[in-house]
Amino acid sequence: MNKILILAEHDGTTLNPGTAKAVSCAAAITGHGGGDIDLIVLGDGIDAVAAQAAAIDGVNAVLATNAPHLAAPLAANHGPELAAAADGYTHVLAPSSTYGKDVLPHAAALKGVNPLSDIMAVDGERRFKRPIYAGNAIVDVTVPEGSLVMGTSRSASWPAAGDGGSASVTTREAACAPAEHTRYVGVETSGGDRPDLQTASVVVSGGRALGSAENFEIVYDLADALGAGVGASRAAVDAGYVPNDMQVGQTGKIIAPDLYLAFGISGAIQHLTGIKDAGTIVAVNKDADAPIFEIADIGLVGDLFTIIPELKAQLS
Amino acid sequence: MKILVGIKRAVDYNVRIRVRSDGSGVETDGVKMSINPFDEIALEEALRIREAGKADEVIVVSIGGNEVQQQLRTGLAMGADRAIQVDTADTLQPLTVAKVFVALAEREGAGLVFLGKQAIDDDSNQVGQMTAALWGRPQATFASKVVIDGDSATVTREVDAGLETIEIDLPAVITSDLRLNEPRFVKLPDIMKAKRKPLDVIALDELGGHAGVAPEAGHHAPPAPRGGGIIVEDTAALVAELKNRGLV
Ligand SMILES: Cc1cc2nc3c(=O)[nH]c(=O)nc-3n(C[C@H](O)[C@H](O)[C@H](O)COP(=O)(O)OP(=O)(O)OC[C@H]3O[C@@H](n4cnc5c(N)ncnc54)[C@H](O)[C@@H]3O)c2cc1C
Ligand SMILES: Nc1ncnc2c1ncn2[C@@H]1O[C@H](COP(=O)(O)O)[C@@H](O)[C@H]1O
Repeated sequence: MNKILILAEHDGTTLNPGTAKAVSCAAAITGHGGGDIDLIVLGDGIDAVAAQAAAIDGVNAVLATNAPHLAAPLAANHGPELAAAADGYTHVLAPSSTYGKDVLPHAAALKGVNPLSDIMAVDGERRFKRPIYAGNAIVDVTVPEGSLVMGTSRSASWPAAGDGGSASVTTREAACAPAEHTRYVGVETSGGDRPDLQTASVVVSGGRALGSAENFEIVYDLADALGAGVGASRAAVDAGYVPNDMQVGQTGKIIAPDLYLAFGISGAIQHLTGIKDAGTIVAVNKDADAPIFEIADIGLVGDLFTIIPELKAQLS
Repeated sequence: MKILVGIKRAVDYNVRIRVRSDGSGVETDGVKMSINPFDEIALEEALRIREAGKADEVIVVSIGGNEVQQQLRTGLAMGADRAIQVDTADTLQPLTVAKVFVALAEREGAGLVFLGKQAIDDDSNQVGQMTAALWGRPQATFASKVVIDGDSATVTREVDAGLETIEIDLPAVITSDLRLNEPRFVKLPDIMKAKRKPLDVIALDELGGHAGVAPEAGHHAPPAPRGGGIIVEDTAALVAELKNRGLV
């Protein structure tokens, strides 16, 4: 019998959608060999989050651990807590977000386990697929019998589980003392009311071709007309046109919107890694030989500074 | 303070990867190999910390066969003081690599273990976190800014929500993100000088050998190709196509 524990991700008030996607990944495992799926929520004052977690379809129980030192998402505190909670489980999963990637390997080391990153498919209780080399190869991996399975689920590969569940919520005392050597200072978010890049069904992205932060405004304008999230290439982030949390790609966000529109992005493999799972990719580039056209479903060769305003006018 | 920098030999990031036709792995014969780009950034930051007078020695470490000496020499040419090759011909798991870094950090009395956030071959993004956990020391992953201040450091981290700041006591593990710095170019005289810098070889077994159960890698496949796309003539045709497909 499988017993799967999933580390829930949240910001203190709202559950991150990566959590419900990890539940789908776990459900694919129990689909092969049966079993239960539990969620663990770590934080301080997280009753609302625990209630959201309990409503995810397929969840058996939610373990809620409240403690002041768990309020900030520090791996130094969340890692040992996850490791302590893992006893009795056959699998421990986390979303493949920066939080999951920070915490899960930490916990795995404490359990003496070699974890799997970015599980994109489940072929059996212990058989998985994961991408390597920026998604240019997909490898089958099998975790030998008897060993705890720990890994992150690649969010872009899994649909979010539904929200008709009614799991029990149990209070679990914190098992580990606070780490004195690490102190949380804060987080600076770019904020805004636009749809979240990682969950938006439409994403508009701009690249180096935009030329400046001022010029990037036309990308925001089009996105707002479409109700879309906004992304960017690394070159646009490095040049300071947009903040880092907008980067799409191997080292930025891996996204799977229904529609992705790329303006003035050449299509480097590291960028394409981030959009391979998009439903439809539209590329606008003035260079007909740009590599992005090799994977675009709809391509338009031309100048983005004329095309974006035209698009906005014709779509709104 | 001593800084250990992990540098992994990996397929150069510009190479177009090919999966072997028998599915046994990725073609690496005759392919250009380089220092993993994140590790070059980690090394650059370590050198800057030393140049600012906040560290005395930068030691580059690579785990692998004799071929990794090539990347260690490049690291020495960039400015590292000495190099350690942890010798093994075997496939490595992250737990083994993390244990090696802990063993070396203790042996050297290192104040900082600086690694890349991920190796661009296995794309694991695990070793830094696992090293910190086993060592019982702070972990500051995905760093885009590092300020060393005596016995502690302030690190800005690139997280999904934006930029997070944490304060850590040293010794600690830091992993580099891409925007931390731009690595320097190696000059020819430095390559000559690097040949005379010390490079020690230690057997993997001497540092504890392999750790943990290894997941078995099986068949490798190229990713599913995307269906053939079309090119449209103008904005009006693009809009028509999007409407036609029910996307807007
Ligand atoms: C280890 C590593 C990790 C990386 N991770 C990422 C990542 O996560 N995400 C990422 O994006 N990159 C990543 N990169 C960088 C990547 O290799 C490319 O350098 C980057 O994606 C290029 O961004 P770009 O397409 O905006 O710029 P460019 O490659 O400069 O392309 C600009 C494009 O705009 C077109 N153009 C110019 N003017 C116009 C105009 N007026 N109208 C229309 N088109 C125009 C040009 O024809 C060109 O194709 C990574 C690199 C490394 C080494
Ligand atoms: N064989 C190795 N030799 C030296 N450093 C390594 C090795 N493997 C991993 N590392 C370090 O660990 C970081 C993260 O690797 P990974 O967790 O495998 O993605 C790399 O960027 C390196 O700094």
